[in-house]
Amino acid sequence: MEQMGLTTGRNKSKSTVERIMNIIFLICGLAAVICVICMTVYMIISGWPAIQKIGVFEFLFGQVWDPENSEFGIAPMILSSIIATFSAILVALPLGILVAVFLSKLIPGRLSSILRTLIDLLAGIPSVVYGLLGAILIVPLIFELQTSLGLPTSGCLLSAIIILIIMILPTIISVSETAIRAVPQQYEDASLALGSTKLQSIFRATVPAAKSGIVAGMVLGVGRAIGEAMAVIMVAGNAAIMPEFLKPARLLTASIPIEWAYSSGLHREALYGIGLVLFIFIMVINIVLNMVLKKAVN
Amino acid sequence: MSDKLSNDVAITDRKKRPFEKLFYSVIYLLSGCVLALVIYFIAIILIRGLPALSLSFLTSAPNPIQQTIGIFPSIVNTLYIIFFTLLCCIPIGVGGAIYLNEYAKNKRLVSAIEFATETLSGVPSILYGVFGYVVFCLLFGFKVSLIAGILTLTIMVLPIMIRTTQEALKSVPVSYREGALGMGATKWYMVRTILLPSSLKGILTGIILSIGRMVSESAALLLTAGGSAMYMPKGSLWDQLSSSGSTLSVELYRYAYSRGDNETAFGIAAVLILIVILLNLLTRFIAGRLNTQ
Repeated sequence: MEQMGLTTGRNKSKSTVERIMNIIFLICGLAAVICVICMTVYMIISGWPAIQKIGVFEFLFGQVWDPENSEFGIAPMILSSIIATFSAILVALPLGILVAVFLSKLIPGRLSSILRTLIDLLAGIPSVVYGLLGAILIVPLIFELQTSLGLPTSGCLLSAIIILIIMILPTIISVSETAIRAVPQQYEDASLALGSTKLQSIFRATVPAAKSGIVAGMVLGVGRAIGEAMAVIMVAGNAAIMPEFLKPARLLTASIPIEWAYSSGLHREALYGIGLVLFIFIMVINIVLNMVLKKAVN
Repeated sequence: MSDKLSNDVAITDRKKRPFEKLFYSVIYLLSGCVLALVIYFIAIILIRGLPALSLSFLTSAPNPIQQTIGIFPSIVNTLYIIFFTLLCCIPIGVGGAIYLNEYAKNKRLVSAIEFATETLSGVPSILYGVFGYVVFCLLFGFKVSLIAGILTLTIMVLPIMIRTTQEALKSVPVSYREGALGMGATKWYMVRTILLPSSLKGILTGIILSIGRMVSESAALLLTAGGSAMYMPKGSLWDQLSSSGSTLSVELYRYAYSRGDNETAFGIAAVLILIVILLNLLTRFIAGRLNTQ
């Protein structure tokens, strides 16, 4: 109490403190904005020269990535990334929603809270651990599939997709589950009272009402899938060729860590260029999905 | 209640519904598979990893002459990175959240800051690596070092700190603020003595989530802080921080991918899983403990 002095002198020093704190908090608040601006500026400054030297068209649509012969075409990687992300979401989203419904509606609360703890745990596991598990458990299975089809055995796009599915499932499950739980029970009860069965009520009344939360989970999943580098490197085989499910594939993110250590000159600049392309991808996806989200909420 | 309705009262239920039954079994089957997979994954990491753990594995550096492997240097690096990143990001994150929630009056500014935070949390870690390398390693001249890694991770976990603190601040009742201000407290005094203590739980949760993110981070640190931890950091603290070194996750990548040594990799994976489990328990403990108070 004695700190709240009423004398004018102390008030003056108080208001100085107030003003200083106000400015400090403002600076802290602006830190994130400054970071985003710096990031945009530096991604462009470092990435653009290479794209300019190689040529925008040759860089984006060139089909050969061969740094030793100065061929820098990233079309195979862009396509692999798009196909991998799209297929992963295509499988993980319905599966995630089903599991979320299962956890929130079909089993008793105590059991579901234990299972949710496990899912949360899985969401926190480092991506390199997923990569390791993929290399040990999934890649050998794919090898068998490849041998039975007469293909050479190697890491491939399919293994990468499976790893991505496993990695984004926990995120999608836990976000969708929270969204489904937040829907008032009356929705389901009303639907039941009108004569629908329990499943009809869940999937026609509750799940649609939780749409915006589920879409948010999907956005997070897409972001994680397209940006994942290490786990994918460990299972995908990493040959920069046009994507086929059972052949080695290199995703957009993979070139940077793989070739970083020994790249120099234009090669290194081309890696910055890949960074810029990836950055633009992420920004566009975030902005578009955010707009879709806001619309869905309204 | 709802069960009663669907089981006893609804006339429709007397119809045979093969589709419904099929759908139920599909849900149960798929969910069962997913959950079995979860348990299988955690179990296999622990089963294959725990035998590799020994005192010398945890407390020594790798020794190429004696052919022994140890992960102590990367544990030290991880701890350095966690400690100093928190030192940088807690004040900025908490301050930013306080600004957003308590001080900001300009709506456009608030939405700009919120947009920036969302953007930062959506940027993949490999891009943080490229950005951190260009700015901190080259432009600021830190080279590939723990400092560059720390600064990069500070930006990376900033959104987590801001968001969790902001949520905690939002949950403090307005009457607390009005009470304090009504008694003549200045705003900063109110923030310091009322808001910060009451949102301590949220801030702690944010810190633990940030630690989790730092522990699992690999791509960004591989580029900014370096990819190997053969030796213990030497010299003064500044010397140690300005030399390169890898954390546990990066080391796992190096052992599994570059060297094909899966046994060591599983050992590190088990350590990482134990850390993740510990952090999860800690958040639960904090949430439970501070709720009852």
